[in-house]
Amino acid sequence: MEWVDFFLQQLITGLSNGMIIALIAIGYTMVYGIIELINFAHGDLFMLGAFLALTVLGALGLGDWSGASAWAAVVIMLIASAGFCGLLNWGVDRLAYKPLRNASKLSLLVSAIGASFILVNLGLFWGGLPMDVFAGGVAAAAPKDFPALVPNTNLLGEESLVQFTPKDVLVWAVTVPLMMGLTWIVTRTRLGKAMRATAQNPVAARLMGIDTDRVIGATFLIGGALGGFASVIYSLYNNTISFQMGYRAGMDAFTAAVLGGIGSMPGAVTGALVIGLVRSMSDAYLETRWTNTIVFGILVLILIFRPSGLLGSRAKEKV
Amino acid sequence: MRRLPMPILAYFAIMAALPLFMGATGLFYDAFQAIFVFSLVGLGLNVVTGFTGLLNLGMAAFMAIGAYTFAILTSDIYPFQIGFWWGILATVAIGAVAGFLLGAPTLGLSGDYLAIVTMGFGEITLDVLKNLDAVTKGTQGINPLPRPTFGSWTLELQQERGWYWLLLGFVLLAVLAVRRLERSRSGRAWLSIREDALASQCMGIPPKRTKMIAFATGSALAALGGALFAALLSSTGEPASYDFQVSILALCIVIVGGMGSVAGTLVGAVVMVGMNSLVLVKLADWAGAAGVGNASNVLASPNNWKYLIFGLALILVVRLKPDGLLPPRLEGGAS
Repeated sequence: MEWVDFFLQQLITGLSNGMIIALIAIGYTMVYGIIELINFAHGDLFMLGAFLALTVLGALGLGDWSGASAWAAVVIMLIASAGFCGLLNWGVDRLAYKPLRNASKLSLLVSAIGASFILVNLGLFWGGLPMDVFAGGVAAAAPKDFPALVPNTNLLGEESLVQFTPKDVLVWAVTVPLMMGLTWIVTRTRLGKAMRATAQNPVAARLMGIDTDRVIGATFLIGGALGGFASVIYSLYNNTISFQMGYRAGMDAFTAAVLGGIGSMPGAVTGALVIGLVRSMSDAYLETRWTNTIVFGILVLILIFRPSGLLGSRAKEKV
Repeated sequence: MRRLPMPILAYFAIMAALPLFMGATGLFYDAFQAIFVFSLVGLGLNVVTGFTGLLNLGMAAFMAIGAYTFAILTSDIYPFQIGFWWGILATVAIGAVAGFLLGAPTLGLSGDYLAIVTMGFGEITLDVLKNLDAVTKGTQGINPLPRPTFGSWTLELQQERGWYWLLLGFVLLAVLAVRRLERSRSGRAWLSIREDALASQCMGIPPKRTKMIAFATGSALAALGGALFAALLSSTGEPASYDFQVSILALCIVIVGGMGSVAGTLVGAVVMVGMNSLVLVKLADWAGAAGVGNASNVLASPNNWKYLIFGLALILVVRLKPDGLLPPRLEGGAS
């Protein structure tokens, strides 16, 4: 049954890519839920996370990574990129968004677009670092190879037509616990309660003694950290990074967040899985060059019939 | 029609006189022709986003539709060849129809959902243009395109001053039309929908039809901008020249200039496009002349700082002038 194998293969690829998109999409949806901002800079933050991971790897030394040492390097990169992206996202909020809390939403959006341009430019500079992993800094704008620390061997055996590799395991091993942890934070902790309260009504939350600025800061920190995790697994999965990759990743993730119902975390994950699957199926069964058209076509269709996204609440828009 | 307000009159007076102090060709014209084209697109987006409060992230798609419609209708590689003026008229009409077609199923969506649908429409348009290269001629673009004629006289491509005034004339027409519309029944309906959709609906304003008219107007202006840009270059250029960055530029023009302000949009176009195609280019030239423009170090090439400067400028403008450089004046209690 070759076609079954082929289909299963697309399913695995689609879901793994979808889970990576989901981590980025959560960052969009959290920020949107709390300050109603489409954080344009989020995709580019993700891109910088990948550059940091590569830099860390370069600093650790480009030896012959295998077995335990490779996994140790992966863990170090995950922690470094998550911390970096979390702090950077928090800093971007501080410098570019916080002063505009009372301005119109569109001014905030333009500020986010500005931040996005700056991050892209920093990515370009970063690619010019005189390190071995950046090809000595020649051709700063060129895509960079990301070392294959995680092997591409088939866990289902050499003869199986379906590829299920340690890369897929890595994706699921990182994303699932993170999403469970995040759900726990949002539903069970004081911070989570404060976040939900601020999302619902910032003024009332402040009157109840919630320090909304801190809550918003924490939201950016957590959302950014998730983007950092995503950047490392993305790089290990695809083995190439470029300073322009934030645009595509951000577009997919933001689309996923809207598709699922923006502001809703389960929605973001659902939307991301849908997009991952549609992408892989379209690449395989139709033509790659029409994939974007199909993704956005499906998005438009779904929104026409479910105007608040797949899992979005039907509540009225805030006035 | 009421008199144009002082800032707009001053703008057109200065712009019309500027070429008299400049040479006949050069960077100045490249920059200002782009500024006028984006003024048209900005005026269109100002109707959609500024007046009606609908976020549209797909203006580039309507520019592309305009450019390719114009090219297909007028270029001598296609059978239509209806000439410059009829081509422009047809393009404006088809731009409006395209706006209607996108708006009809999607304008029920609220706020950011509409934004992403328009963004998706931009991506789809770009893909279709790339993939149908048999019709769009792929990266070559459709060319050459006809030049405008006035009686027996033809405006040639290298007569940059003529193009400058022609485009400025189109901007003036667009400003008159938009200001006329703003004060019409539709225009008042746009503003009321933006201010309070529910209340205006209660007053008997049909929300969907009002939004559709705004969308069609905006799309028609963007299509006009796209067609003129193509005519100016005598080529549609490659599909990638109508990407998301272009839509973002249009949005920045409207917001930096001042949402809902016609004069603000004109100023926004001068600032944003001027920075892109005049200031940054000049900076690169000076740095090159000073000998720091070599490519061995990424930091040394001024061109590599372009996005950083653009981004910083955006953040600073909205920080210092959150309502834009020239916000709309309060008129009779309504903004």
